[in-house]
Amino acid sequence: MTTATENFDTVGLKQSIEGTFRFRKWRSIAVPFAILGYLIYVFFAFDVAGLASRARPENAAVLLGDFWSYKTHVTRDNRSGEVVASVEGERKGTYPSGEAPEWVAMGETTSISLYGDASVQYLPDNMAVINVPDFGEITTQVNGRAVVLTLPDGKDIPEWMSVSRNRVSIDQGKWRFSMTPARTEVFRYQAGWELFFFTLDSPFYGKSFGELIALAIWEPRVTAEHSNIVAMIDGFWNNKMWRHGDVFWAMGETVLMAFIGTMGAGMIAFPLAFFAASNFAPAVWLRLTCRRLFDFLRGVDGLIWTVILSRAFGPGPMTGSLAILLTDTGTFGKTFSEALENIDNKQVEGIQSTGANMIQRMRFGVIPQVLPLILSQLLYYFESNTRSATVIGALVGGGIGLLLTQAIITQKDWEEVCYYMILVVLTVMIMDTISGWIRKKFIKG
Amino acid sequence: MTAHTVSGTAEYLALVRRRRLYGAILVALFFVLFASGFTVAEDRNAGGFLDGLHRIFDFPKEIFSEAFTNWQNLPRLFVAAIPSLIETLNIAAIATLFGGIFGMALAFLSTRGLALWPRLTSVFRRIMDTMRAVPEIVIALVLIFLLGVGPVPAMIAIAFHTAGALGKLFSEAAENVDLKPVEGLASVGGNWFQRIWFGVMPQVAPNWSSYALLRFEINIRASAILGFVGAGGLGYDLKTALQWGQGKYDQVVAIFAILFLTIMIVDHLSDRARQRLVKGGVLA
Repeated sequence: MTTATENFDTVGLKQSIEGTFRFRKWRSIAVPFAILGYLIYVFFAFDVAGLASRARPENAAVLLGDFWSYKTHVTRDNRSGEVVASVEGERKGTYPSGEAPEWVAMGETTSISLYGDASVQYLPDNMAVINVPDFGEITTQVNGRAVVLTLPDGKDIPEWMSVSRNRVSIDQGKWRFSMTPARTEVFRYQAGWELFFFTLDSPFYGKSFGELIALAIWEPRVTAEHSNIVAMIDGFWNNKMWRHGDVFWAMGETVLMAFIGTMGAGMIAFPLAFFAASNFAPAVWLRLTCRRLFDFLRGVDGLIWTVILSRAFGPGPMTGSLAILLTDTGTFGKTFSEALENIDNKQVEGIQSTGANMIQRMRFGVIPQVLPLILSQLLYYFESNTRSATVIGALVGGGIGLLLTQAIITQKDWEEVCYYMILVVLTVMIMDTISGWIRKKFIKG
Repeated sequence: MTAHTVSGTAEYLALVRRRRLYGAILVALFFVLFASGFTVAEDRNAGGFLDGLHRIFDFPKEIFSEAFTNWQNLPRLFVAAIPSLIETLNIAAIATLFGGIFGMALAFLSTRGLALWPRLTSVFRRIMDTMRAVPEIVIALVLIFLLGVGPVPAMIAIAFHTAGALGKLFSEAAENVDLKPVEGLASVGGNWFQRIWFGVMPQVAPNWSSYALLRFEINIRASAILGFVGAGGLGYDLKTALQWGQGKYDQVVAIFAILFLTIMIVDHLSDRARQRLVKGGVLA
């Protein structure tokens, strides 16, 4: 004990500790400065200052409004005089001729009541009277190829109105009006996703939840050929506005892509991992070849695989799943072979001592040790690949990823984007819960 | 006594048989599911599996043969791709940095025993789950609509996802910390921030840095993919070169190569750094 203390180099220890402290002090100042410097560099490299000029805040308003609300168009064709009401102005959401939401009274003059006490009246002779509270009555009329505007006495054109020779438009936020020689139009914005469950041509449209339950369970049939509940499911599934059937198929396709990719990769990587593990590889060259193959599969990014495979197989879900399969074979090969290298050899020896052959040793000595790890890896990747499959689906044209990019590119169906996103998030969360449950219950014992 | 053992053995063997039967049924079910799933996917694909299989190498052959004939262009194209590579790397690095910072905050808010508001831990957990579940491409495309084409939308999209992913990993690591230093700091009157900074951070720093490095690797791939939808960087160059088609295949090869090399190098470096971090336990 005493000799140990005497031989101990206290001076050297002190110096080295002081050195460490100096280094740490220096580092605690240098690291924040380095990060700050990098941030300043990126600020200029990404042209963050120029972002303000490129940003389009008006798009944000459109997007946020569209996420949770819808608009109903009430349009008069100024040539024929016909008035049509439709949801989002789409043909699929058009009310049958002569019908309209309850805030529109059709007739010789069509009166539309809007928010507050505001109202719009379509009068004969292509005239419209717009009543804006706190402002007064505005009259517009088509005269040949021009639109004539009459404001209340003593008022100027307000900032929510834009006027040109052949167009008058009013933007009140929650509603809009516009008149051109061709048509007179009112948009009314309302909260919610209209027609989400049933479209206008369905007999179940506009029914409350209670009424629907009553119809489903005991009330007489609405349609002759199906029972009410079947008709309801059919109406929902084949909803022309929201296309729930197609959307659910697409979501299933995405999950399928993740499933085939992950499980296929697992099935290919598992046998190969034995060749790549140092304690099982029959030859060094084989082991190194397998390792390099795994590195190559992983290193060639999923993006590159997607590009190459879609040339060979064309767009679609199989291409996407093969891209996932190739990258994940590399990942699994690496992790599985590492798991095989870390097994406890005692179990294998014990089984060998009973005279077991190679296959029996594998089956009873090795696989029980690595199986839990492999299964939980597979589950984890299945879940995370569902999200990647959305992205890959956008590139290869399959699944919910395709629907998402299509809806985003139109730049107006943001409520559909919101719907698909909620669906993806829910699916991933459900899978997260299920795989967590399976792991806890079956794999960890 | 003997009778008992015999019946015990029989019972045990029956149990084993039943378990094997269940296992076999499960495996069979899995294969049926896999095969039918594959058929469905193939049906909905533009080209079939067997038709395409021999065509897998056609495209690589085409681009490589063109690159081979124009091999003297390659060094020039390699150099020309470097600014895009730097942009891709910058997107990944900044996204990892911001994602890591937000992930840290989320981790502390959602770890039992450390949380600032213990009642809200499950709320923050759900928030992180949602952040992880939203695909990056959606956020990127929406932000491109709002902010215009450029690297910033991709950076925000990746950082958002990273915050959710790292938050979860960070909080799992923080759950295992030794609470004694924290209690010690509390006993001398340290506030919440001081307890975290001096009591928890030194314990979790190696693990957290290793997770962040791994995430950086993943983010490089993500940033290349997002470039493909118009977020700049290598992915964008690759897309324009591919759309051009023949005549620009040497550029495609240069981009493939530079992406492959970068991923390999970063993979290797971060692998070594992580080994040192976790095994050595020092943040040096």
